[in-house]
Amino acid sequence: MTEQLYYEDVVVGSEITPLVKQPTTRQLVMWAGAVGDYNPIHYDKDFAQSRGLPGVIVHGQLVGAFLGQLMTDWIGERGVLRKLSCSYKGMNYPGETLTCRGRVTKKYVQDGQHYVECNLWAENSKEEKTVLGVAIVVLPSRADYNK
Amino acid sequence: MAEGLSDIDRLRDKVGVEWEPKVCQIEREMIRRFARAVGDPNPLWQDEEYATASQYGGIIAPPTFILAIGLEQFVEDVMSLTSFGTVLIGGTELECYQPIRLGDVITASFKISNLHERQGKMGRMAFITFYSGYKNQRQELVAKCRQMIIGY
Repeated sequence: MTEQLYYEDVVVGSEITPLVKQPTTRQLVMWAGAVGDYNPIHYDKDFAQSRGLPGVIVHGQLVGAFLGQLMTDWIGERGVLRKLSCSYKGMNYPGETLTCRGRVTKKYVQDGQHYVECNLWAENSKEEKTVLGVAIVVLPSRADYNK
Repeated sequence: MAEGLSDIDRLRDKVGVEWEPKVCQIEREMIRRFARAVGDPNPLWQDEEYATASQYGGIIAPPTFILAIGLEQFVEDVMSLTSFGTVLIGGTELECYQPIRLGDVITASFKISNLHERQGKMGRMAFITFYSGYKNQRQELVAKCRQMIIGY
């Protein structure tokens, strides 16, 4: 695991350590089984093509889960992901490299909790942002641990 | 399926109606299968020894694991009332309040919270918001989720 991130260490405007993913059709089948999403556009090429797609597409929510992992990797064991919103803007295809990225937009203390907000996105190798996201996390404060 | 009604009209009287809740005991294999599907090696989700020594005192599920508890079945059940040729997902909003621990019994409730239609390139398109709420066996609110689905 990475070192614990503390509220005091977060700089607004800074980038989150990116997470690179290369979803395969096998991974799409694993995801379909894990969540019970059996929409054939994610595993049946003929069906996908009959719907006007070039081939099977990656589940938007799998990319959403990648963005979730981007955040849980970054915030460490004592950080908490409070909110994750994803908006699926474009198609992703198996075999493509997807890079999940994020940038800190805000930090504030509310009701004694230390919050950080980030804009997230997943981009393909053409640098098209196919999924946009917003995350709100709660981080530990060094002040709390040094009491 | 009632004849003579459009796909959108068939869903209209389902808006706001509570679907049958799903009760699910969280097992190690479900969390492992989910983490492997995502390719997320975080030891909090799978390594018993590591997780026991953590502040959680045991294995927890990743926050997005919520998506694996009945939501897709609910969406499929609702969409099976229609004959949309294409069903796409527009967005997901997840709010997490409590971690899901191994052995928790989660009760998930489901409803359509919003439905509207728009004339698009492909004809009439339905924009449907699926809402789900999750409680654990201590009646604590674990998470809420909104999922936007487009059918045409």
